[in-house]
Amino acid sequence: MTTWSELKNHFNACLPMADYASLRFTTDDMEWLSVRNDVLEPPCSVTEKGFMVTVINGGGSGYAASSDLSATGMKKAVQKALEWAEISKKFPLVDWSKVKMPESQGGYASAVERPWRDVPVEEKVGILKKANELMKISDSIGDRVGWLQQSRREAWHYTAGGNEFFQVFEHVFPYLEVHANKNGEMLRRSNGGNIAPGQGGFESVARSGCPEIARTLAEEALELLDAPNCPTGTMDILIDPSQMALQVHESIGHPIEVDRILGDERNYAGTSFVKPEMFGTYQYGSNLLNIVFDPTANNERASYAFDDEGRPGKREYLIRDGLLERGLGGTISEARCPIPGVANSRTSRWMRPPIDRIGNLNMEPGTSSLEEMIGSVEKGVMVKTNISWSIDDSRNKFQFGCEWGRLIENGKLTTLVKKPGYRGISATFWRNLKMVGGKSTLARNGLNSCGKGEPNQCIWVGHTTPWALFKDVEVFGGDK
Amino acid sequence: MKNHFYQLADHAISLAAKDEVCLLGFGGETSDFCRFNNGLVRQGGTVNECGISLTLIKDNRQATCAMNLANGESDKKSISDSFDVLRNRLHHLPEDPHLLYSAEVHSTDEIHRAKLIEAAPAMDQVLSSGKGLQMVGIYASGTVARGFANSLGQRNWFERPSFNLDWSLYHSSDKAIKLSYAGYDWDNAAFMAKMDEAKNGLAVLARPAKTVQPGKYRAYLTPTALSDVLSWVCYGAGLKSWKTKTTPLMRMLDGQEKMHESVCLSEDVGNGAGPRFQEQGFIKPSKVTFVENGKLKDALVSPRSAREFRVPHNGASPNEVPESLDMAAGTLEKKDVLSKLGTGVYISNTWYLNFSDPAACKLTGMTRYASWWVEDGEIVAPLNVMRFDESIYRMLGSNLLGLTKERDFILDPSTYMGRSTSSTRLPGVLVEDFTFTL
Repeated sequence: MTTWSELKNHFNACLPMADYASLRFTTDDMEWLSVRNDVLEPPCSVTEKGFMVTVINGGGSGYAASSDLSATGMKKAVQKALEWAEISKKFPLVDWSKVKMPESQGGYASAVERPWRDVPVEEKVGILKKANELMKISDSIGDRVGWLQQSRREAWHYTAGGNEFFQVFEHVFPYLEVHANKNGEMLRRSNGGNIAPGQGGFESVARSGCPEIARTLAEEALELLDAPNCPTGTMDILIDPSQMALQVHESIGHPIEVDRILGDERNYAGTSFVKPEMFGTYQYGSNLLNIVFDPTANNERASYAFDDEGRPGKREYLIRDGLLERGLGGTISEARCPIPGVANSRTSRWMRPPIDRIGNLNMEPGTSSLEEMIGSVEKGVMVKTNISWSIDDSRNKFQFGCEWGRLIENGKLTTLVKKPGYRGISATFWRNLKMVGGKSTLARNGLNSCGKGEPNQCIWVGHTTPWALFKDVEVFGGDK
Repeated sequence: MKNHFYQLADHAISLAAKDEVCLLGFGGETSDFCRFNNGLVRQGGTVNECGISLTLIKDNRQATCAMNLANGESDKKSISDSFDVLRNRLHHLPEDPHLLYSAEVHSTDEIHRAKLIEAAPAMDQVLSSGKGLQMVGIYASGTVARGFANSLGQRNWFERPSFNLDWSLYHSSDKAIKLSYAGYDWDNAAFMAKMDEAKNGLAVLARPAKTVQPGKYRAYLTPTALSDVLSWVCYGAGLKSWKTKTTPLMRMLDGQEKMHESVCLSEDVGNGAGPRFQEQGFIKPSKVTFVENGKLKDALVSPRSAREFRVPHNGASPNEVPESLDMAAGTLEKKDVLSKLGTGVYISNTWYLNFSDPAACKLTGMTRYASWWVEDGEIVAPLNVMRFDESIYRMLGSNLLGLTKERDFILDPSTYMGRSTSSTRLPGVLVEDFTFTL
C-alpha cells in the first residue's frame, strides 16, 4: 500500500518547475448498514483513495487526479496538470499573478468518543432492527427504513514550498424513515429529512434518539394520515431548526457564494440575485438576522482547521444586524473580485478541484423562547422536518415542504395539519423575520448532500440554527 | 483497464473456497474536464479513476466492499485483504432472504470506438468560437468503462469513449441559451452549427423580458425540460416502490388516476448509452415498458425485489430507476409547435424540481434559461423565471394536448459519481392549463 510519505516522494521526484504546485491525497472510508422492513440490506463498505496535483504556472493553472498511486501514475499526473496549465494560459479567466495561494502547516481531527470500528456489527444491526420493530405499529405503515452511514476522511495537503497539513473528519449519520398509507394518501415521517448531525463517532446514534424515536415517528405518521391539509393563505410561520437549516442553506448560503456571483456556476447550479456592489450596503434581512461562517465551531459538520487550499479557518460575520458584509469566496475568488472572503474552498472527493462552498453557515440565536414566539402569533403554522425544497437559479423564488405542521391560533398550538408548504422570495422573506429563538432553541444540524460544480461535487455542510418566526408568508397544503 | 480487472478477478476467484461465490464489479474513467466562464478557462484537468467492488456470498449471506485501484501489484493485496475482511464480516451477519445473483454464465464484450480529440485542440475550437461572449459551461471527454466478473466464470466488459459539451451563452442576468453537444465522434462543423444557432437566439433574448402573473397557461416543454420532469416520475417505476406504496405513481397503481393514452414510458437499454449487464450479473432485456397507453404496465424489477416479492426480475439495477428512458413519440410536428401553442409559455429548460405532494405526483420547479412568452404562434419575449406546481396526472394526463413526432436523444451530463452512462430519448409535450404559482 502506498503511504503518504511515498506519494510525497513520488511528487518531489517529478516536482514541476512551476510558480505553485500542490499535492492533495485523500482516503475516504465509508460504510452503510440498512434495515428495511426488518431485513438487513446487503452491507457495503467503500474505500476511495486518490490524489490530485495542482499547478499554477506562467499565467495558467491545471490539475490532474489519479487513483494510480505509483511513481509512474504521479509522473503522468504532473505532466497532465502542466498541459492543462498551458491550455489555461491561452484562455485565462483568472489573473494568477494576483493569487497568493496559502502555505499552511498543522492538523485537525474530529472529536470522537466512540469510534465506529469499535462497535460490533451486531450492535449496529440490532439498533436498526429495533427501530424497524418500533415502527411496526399499524397495517397503515407501508415502509420502514433505518440506516447508519459512516464516513472517515483522511486528507493530506502538501505544497512545493514544503508545507503540509493533515486533517481527519469522522461522521456517523443515523437515519430513520417511515411511510404511512391510507386511501391513496402517502405520508412520511423521518428523524430530520436530509438533516445530518455534526462530526463524531457512534455516540451520534444515541444522541439522535435512535432507535427509541422510531415509535414516535410512526405514531406521528399515522396521526398525519387523519389530519387535514395545511390551509392556504398568508400567515405567520414558525420554523424548526432542521427546516431553518435548509432555509439558511438555500436562500442565504448559495446566493452569497462568490463563484456564483462571478458567474462560474451559471451553467449548472445557477447565478445569484446578489451583486458584488451589495456587500457592505444591502439589508438582507431584518435587524434580527445574524449569520456567521464558522469552521472553528466544535465538531459541526463542516468544521476544519484549513480549507482544501490551505487557508486557515476563521469565524467571520457574513450578515450582521441584517446587513450583508462578507461573501462565501475562497482565496481565488477573493483575488478575482473585491468581496471579502472566507476559508471555504473545498472539494467533495479526491478527484475534484476545490470550489467555493457553504461550509458551516450558522444563524445566531436571538432572545425569544419558543413559548413567546407561539404566544405572539394570532394566525400561523408551526412546521418541522423538511421533505421538499426548490429554489430558482438566482436563489430568489423558493418553495419548501415539511413533514409535519400544527396551526397556531390566538397564541396557542391547535390543529395538526399535513403537508405544510410555504413559498417566498429570498430578497423579501428575510426582512419578514419577526422573532428569533434564544440559545435554548439552537440545534446543530448539517446536510450531507449539497450539490454544485462542474464536474459535479456533492459535499457536506453545517447549519446551527434556532427556531425562527416569519410574518406574512404564503402557506399552502397538499394537492387534495 | 479490462486486462487489469480480469486479472484481479482471477486472483479474487482463486481465493474463493468451494462454498463461496464472489461477484466483482468494475468502474473506471479517464476523462478531461474543462470548466469555463466568459469563454475562458476556470478549471481544467484530467481524472484517471479505477475502482473495483467485491461481493462475497456464503451460506446465503453476503457483504460487499469497494475500493479504488492503484494499478499495480498492490491491488492484488488489497483484494486479498478485502477477502479476509468480508469473510470475517459474514460470520456476524444474518442470512439474506432476498439474495439473488446470476447463476447462468452470460459473458459479453462491448467495446465502442469513437473519434475524440485531444484537450488542447478541443478547447481551441470551443473557446475560440465563444470569444467575447458570456460562454459558460463544462467540456468532458474520455473513456468510461464498466465490468463484471463472477466465480462462475462470467465476464462482462463495457467501454465507451464519448464527449459531452454542456454550455450556455448568456445575454445578461439569468437570460441565456442553453446548449448541449454530446456524442462519440467530435465534429467541429456540427458544434459550430449549434453555436451559430445559439448566437441568433441571443438577439431574441435582448428583447424586454415578460413577467407573467401566477395562473394557468398553455405551455410547451422541450424534450430537455420534459427530461427533468420525468426523472422524478421515474422514482416510481420500480417494483419495490409499488409494493411498499412509496411510489409517486401510487394513485395510478390504485386505479384512481391515469396518464393520457398517448403516454408510453420504457427502460430502453437496447437503444441507450450504457452497459447491458447489472450488478448481480444479469443481462437486461432490451426494453421494459412501465407505462403503456397511460396505464402502469411492468415495473422495473431488480433481482432483490424479485426474491422479496416472488416475481421474475427484469434485470433492473438495485435502485429500479430507468437508465435509458424512452418516451414514445406523438404526432405533433416540431415545426407546428409554436402555432399549436398559440399564446402561452415555451419552456426550454426547467430547474430544481421536487415533489410538492408525492402522493398526488405533484411537482414544483422553475423555468430557466431561454424560456419564451409566445403570442399567436410567435415568440414575443424571453420569460422571467416562473415557479410551476403541477400534477403529472394533469400535465401528462387530462391536460396533455400532444407529444412531438420528433424526439431528442440526450446523453446525461451528470458527473457526481463519475461520468454518467444514462440517457433519455424523449419528445416535447404541449400542455393546457399549466400552473404557475410564483
